[in-house]
Parts: sequence; structure tokens; C-alpha cells
Amino acid sequence: MAVLSREKRRKIKNGAFVAATSLATVLAVGALLLILYSLLVNGLGGLGAHIFTMDQPPPETLGGLRNAMAGSLVLCALAMVMAVVVGVLAGTWLAEYGGTRKLANLVRFLNDVLLSAPSILVGLFVYEVLVRPFQGFSALAGAVALALLAVPVVTRTTEDILRLQSNQLREAGMALGAGKAYVIRAIIWRASRPGLVTGALLGFARISGETAPLLFTSLGNPNLSWHLTQPMGALPTTIFQFALSAFDDWRSLAWVGALLIAVTVLSANILGRALARRRDAR
Amino acid sequence: MNKAARHDRLFQRLCLSAALLVMATLAGLLLALVIGGWPAISHFGPRFFTSAAWDPVADNYGAAGPLVGTLVTALGAMMLALPLAMGVAVFLVEFCPRRLAHPLGLAVEMLAGIPSIVYGMWGLFVLAPWFALHVQLPLLLNLDPDTFWGKLFNGIPNGANIFTASLILAVMVLPYMATVFREMLLTVPPHMREAAYGMGCTSYEVVTYIMIPYVRRSAIGAVMLGLGRALGETMAVTFVIGNSHAFPDSLFASGSTIASTIANEFAEASSDLHVSALMALGLVLFCITFATLAAARLLIGREAS
Repeated sequence: MAVLSREKRRKIKNGAFVAATSLATVLAVGALLLILYSLLVNGLGGLGAHIFTMDQPPPETLGGLRNAMAGSLVLCALAMVMAVVVGVLAGTWLAEYGGTRKLANLVRFLNDVLLSAPSILVGLFVYEVLVRPFQGFSALAGAVALALLAVPVVTRTTEDILRLQSNQLREAGMALGAGKAYVIRAIIWRASRPGLVTGALLGFARISGETAPLLFTSLGNPNLSWHLTQPMGALPTTIFQFALSAFDDWRSLAWVGALLIAVTVLSANILGRALARRRDAR
Repeated sequence: MNKAARHDRLFQRLCLSAALLVMATLAGLLLALVIGGWPAISHFGPRFFTSAAWDPVADNYGAAGPLVGTLVTALGAMMLALPLAMGVAVFLVEFCPRRLAHPLGLAVEMLAGIPSIVYGMWGLFVLAPWFALHVQLPLLLNLDPDTFWGKLFNGIPNGANIFTASLILAVMVLPYMATVFREMLLTVPPHMREAAYGMGCTSYEVVTYIMIPYVRRSAIGAVMLGLGRALGETMAVTFVIGNSHAFPDSLFASGSTIASTIANEFAEASSDLHVSALMALGLVLFCITFATLAAARLLIGREAS
């Protein structure tokens, strides 16, 4: 074997390196495509009007996911109302009042930790606080658990967005004689509206597929229910139950549910990013 | 004090209380887990953390099985995800045609948007059967079960085991790590890269000698961030790990993690001690993930994340 020159060896090494990084990218994108492909193949076939008009069936009868979708909508809507109120206010405090104070840095740090904290622990927490004392699973507890997961996302985005507003805007408001609170509400929030919507959308994307925190808060309900003090169905908990069952028709319903959830979450993500990018471009 | 000033104060306090609520959540979380888990911890003593017994019928619980399962799957996921995430980030920053960089980056980030339960279903119905047929079975048939490799890859060929759980976790944490790596690599000052290229370095040498050392500190932070996610991930793991409480004895053995145990048993816990033992497991998980995520945040710093 001919001895390779030093030059040649470096070139080969470099080529292998470029190939390896390309391979990593192909694998990552390939995983995404594979998952989306499985979702479409297994979920699209079961999709039909009955999915939206019928409640989840007993095994081996025809049925849909109406109760689960209605439950998911109620839980997420309630959670988002709570999360947007708390998150926007908290983010506003961090951006407008907190500055670099010790307390503000601590809140920021803990918020960042909460951002990736295991969602199942939030479920346990809400169980201790809202389920055990009242001796029953409830939709309200589920919504609070989801809200706690969305708050850090909204807080973080809100702070980042408000910081982007120029100080001239604040000074102009003050110069007209407005108080700080009025400037924030009437000028800064209004100027940041697309960004605040992005935060809410990203928060929604974070919680709408969450299963773990609902397992022992809102529990799940095979019937359509609007009672906030009763257990309520949700798409993720129904998918969990159906996917692990032994019945083929339940499994195919689980695929349909998974497809619906994935489409919802991905579009919320993409929409949120698109809004954020339009703002950056402006 | 006039009306406007009062209004200002009120608004500031409102915002402050919302910010304090974020802090209170974390404190309340810890407190609830301590209170809920205390009966089990005081009942079993230190044995709770070292015993691998998990027997709801005899009301005898030990955390060692799920704890080891959690650590092994998360570390396994990191070993798989780290080179991939680094590769993706380097490719997108250094080698990718400019026009493709944005869509490819977006596609990788979309992996983070797929809900955990969807990963779980995919793992259970697509990955696990494929893995059992094309990896586990050939290995089982061709390896002598008494050799080291035979023991390492021993297990029921159904695809539901520690390794597939790690594999799924790796795909799930990959986007978080790749995104942070990518943003960090973009902070390397251009003159450093250009100087190295000017000296005749190949791309490989620029990346390994200049760029990666420059971002080393926050790269460790990104790894910890991925680790924190992998440790607490619940639904996907619950689907593919096989859910056995036995101490895992091979790479392809079924097992359980703290999160999967809680998800499977909490709603149907049979006794107060069982509930408390699950809460105590949650407390263990809280301590591990909090330490990991705190370290990650301190290493990454605010700007790069």
C-alpha cells in the first residue's frame, strides 16, 4: 500500500468529516419525514366526518373522538387564558421593572428551569394541590396543570419582545405626561402585539400535545362533558388509552388522534414562528 | 398621592405578583413532592433509594430500578444524540448551501414540536417492530448467549427495551441540542475562522481546533439541557421501554424510568404508601432534573439559549 502524503490524509479526513455531518443532517430530517409519513399513512385512512361527530366508542363499534377534542379545546383554552394573563404580566415585570435586580435574575433563572421541567412533576403537584384536597379529578385541575406548563413560555417570549421595543417609544409616552403603567399598556403592549401572539401560540403548541400532566388531574372521560369539576376527556389521554389497547379499531382511532394533534401543534409552531419573522423583517 | 401614581404602583405590584407566582410554582412543586413523598421515605428509610423491590401487593417499594432505568436511558440518549446534534449544527453552519440552511434548520426544529405521545406511538408501532425483526432477532440468532456481546444484547425480541427508549429519547432531544449548538457556533468571531482558513486549515481542522473549543463551555450547557429533557421525558418512554421494574441486566432488556412508573401507576395506585412511594420517586426526579437544568442554564448563559 502506498503511503499517503500528509496532504492527502488531511483531505480524506476532511471529506469524511463533511460526509459525517451531512449524514447527521440527513438522519435528523429523515426522522422527521419518517414520523410524518407514519402519521399520514396510519391516520389519514380513519379520518372522516364521524371522527368529529361521534364520541369515543366501546371496543369494536364505530365511533369518533368528539368528546376528546371538545375536552382538549376546553382544557387548552382555559389554560391559555390563565397562562397569558400570568405570563404577560410576569414578562412585563421582568422587562420593564425588574431590570438586573437580584430578584429579577432569580425569577428569570427559575423560569428557564421551569421551561424544561418534566411535565409529569407538574401533574403530581397539581394532584396534591387541586385533586387530593377536593377528592376528585377535575377538568379545572387539568387546565391549571397545562397553564403552569405554558406560563414559562409566555413569560420568556413576552420579556424578549418587550425588550426589543425602543426606549424612545417609552420616552415619547412619558413626555406626553402618561404614567409608566399607562405607557406600558397603551404603547408598549400594543406595539408588541404580534410578538405577544407568538408567545401565546408557542405556549399553546407546548401544551396541546401534553399527556403526562393530565393523567392524574383531568383523568379522561369517555363521554362528552362540559363540567369543569368533573373528569374531562382530552385527545392525548384518549390516544394513550387507545394505543395501548388490544383492539384494532381503538388503535386506528389513536392514529387519527395522533395525526390531528401533530398537525395542530406543528401549525401552531409554524404560525408562531412566521409571525415572529414578519416582525423581525419589519 | 395622585391618582396616576397610585395606578402606576398598582400595576407594578400586579406584574410583580405574577413574576413571584412563577417562583412560587417551583417552590410549591418541591414542597408538594416532599410532603407527598415523606411517608414512603420515612417508612423505608435509606433503603428506599437502594432497594430494587417494587411490589404493590406486598406494599414494598424501592427506587433503585426506575432510578437506574432513568439514568441509563438518558445517558444512552445523550451518547446517540450528541454526535448527531453536533453534526447537524456544524453542517448547517459550515457546509450547507445557504439557500437550504433555513428550511433544514426549521425541519430539525420541527422535531421538537412533535408531541411526546406521537413519538411514543411511532416508537411502539413503527420503530419497535422494525427493531425487533431487523436488529434484535439477527443478533439473538447469531451471538453465543454466554459471551459478553451475547449477554449485552440478550432480551425478548419485541423491540420494547432500554435501547429503543434511548433511541426515541435521542431523536426527541436532538433538536434542542442542535439548535443551541448552531446558535453558539454562529457566535464564533469570523476573524478567528478566517485566520485559520488563511493558514491553510481544512474545514475539519477549523471546526475541531477553533470553533468547538471556542464554544466548549456552552456546549456542555447544551448537553445538560438535553439531558434534563431526556431524564424527565414521560410518554414516549412509557410506550417503548417495556415497563418492568426488574433491574435491567442487558441493553435489550425491558425496564422502567421514574417518569414512566409514575405515569403507569399513579392513577391506579392501590394504597396510600403506593401513592407516597410514587411521589417520592417524583421528588428524586425533581432533584436530578433541577440540578441538571440549573447547571445547563448557568453554563449556557442567557443570550445563547
